[in-house]
Amino acid sequence: MSFSTSFWSLANPARFMSLTARAVPILSVLAGVCLVGGLVWGFFFTPDDYRQGSTVKIIYLHVPAALMAINGWLMMLVASLIWLVRRHHVSALAARAAAPVGVTMTLIALITGAVWGQPMWGTFWAWDPRLTSFLILFLFYLGYMALWAAIDDPDTAADLTSVLCLVGSVFAILSRYAVNFWNQGLHQGASLSLDREKNVADVFYHPLLLSMAGFILLFLALVLAGTRTEIRARRLHALRLRERMA
Amino acid sequence: MTRIFLRDLRLGVRAGGGFGLGLAFFLIVVVLVPFGIGPETARLGPVAPGILWIGALLACLLSLDRVFALDREDGALDLLATAPVPLEGVALAKAAAHWITTGLPLCLAAPALAVLLALPWPGHLWLAVSLLAGTPALSLIGAFGAALTVGLRRGGLLLSLLVLPLYVPTLIFGADVARRGAEGLSPLVPLALLGAVSLGCLAILPFATSAALRVNLR
Repeated sequence: MSFSTSFWSLANPARFMSLTARAVPILSVLAGVCLVGGLVWGFFFTPDDYRQGSTVKIIYLHVPAALMAINGWLMMLVASLIWLVRRHHVSALAARAAAPVGVTMTLIALITGAVWGQPMWGTFWAWDPRLTSFLILFLFYLGYMALWAAIDDPDTAADLTSVLCLVGSVFAILSRYAVNFWNQGLHQGASLSLDREKNVADVFYHPLLLSMAGFILLFLALVLAGTRTEIRARRLHALRLRERMA
Repeated sequence: MTRIFLRDLRLGVRAGGGFGLGLAFFLIVVVLVPFGIGPETARLGPVAPGILWIGALLACLLSLDRVFALDREDGALDLLATAPVPLEGVALAKAAAHWITTGLPLCLAAPALAVLLALPWPGHLWLAVSLLAGTPALSLIGAFGAALTVGLRRGGLLLSLLVLPLYVPTLIFGADVARRGAEGLSPLVPLALLGAVSLGCLAILPFATSAALRVNLR
């Protein structure tokens, strides 16, 4: 079975449930191993940076959390598009399940950034473009979740939040560049990128990669578990309705 | 479409439409600011463009929940949806009427209120220009938010939570036009970007608004 057919077969909730019942424990264990490995390695077995001292070690929480904060929104966008185009309920529920995880990642990135910024920049908060765009991203997540929570009918809620997610994505990107225009930054450029030479030394880089893998796996495990909960809640609701009809 | 526009305009201007309420709110915000931060001209001048823009933005927000809610309550929205006019056109007409009843008065009143906040002279002109270029975007984004929350009983608070983050780019560019104008710099770059935001909203958002309306009318 090719990847695409097996991926779309997950639109069947029964198949999704049976597959994720096996996948979630595996993913959780892997996430735990990577996170514990990456964080312990990073915190205790890497040297202090020659300028930043031991504060450099917050990178193992900050960078992966920021990565997943943005990719969480991206996943919501893709899932919303799949819902709007193909009307797979699992997809809408996955988008819903991703929002709380994404908002937590955003919050982790903001808080660890503030904790690092205090000794390094001498302030917990500066209206720097990157910090500001993360704060705006946080607000977008809040609005998205509030809209899901406010609407009773699940299909209406899925439709409206999907439209909001699409429009919100456009405005989130627009805000990102508007904020760049608005204020010059303190924050350093991207530490990691796919198309440039890396500017993080290997001693820090390897545990960081492990920790990032851990965050990605953790995100997947949490979103899948959240989606399973949503599917169960939906089934429960259907059963209750049936009982009331009988 | 023209008829819907004129009808909304008439409803907005007549008693109970809330016309003038936004303006009064704007006036009160401007009057309250010196009490909060002090009456010195040297202190008021630099913050005036930002305060005036935020005031305008909040005044715009005030009347948003009426855009579709009243029509939904009395069933007019269902008629509009089945009328031989595309729902996108209805959304556009409604946003335009909202702009005429709130955005345009704000543009005209802002230079006068800027005097109260001691905005340096050329800033008045650029403030009006920036509001003129930016408030259409505020009305269009607001109409989209109103369409999302039209089915909810107490959508007002949620509406502001949804709409305010979307206002960020407009606010940044708009306030920057006014600030640069007041400082005697050339405000053309942010003005062009502000215009781009408004035109982009004009091109895209009526479709999103009508999609949200269709879902809510199902």
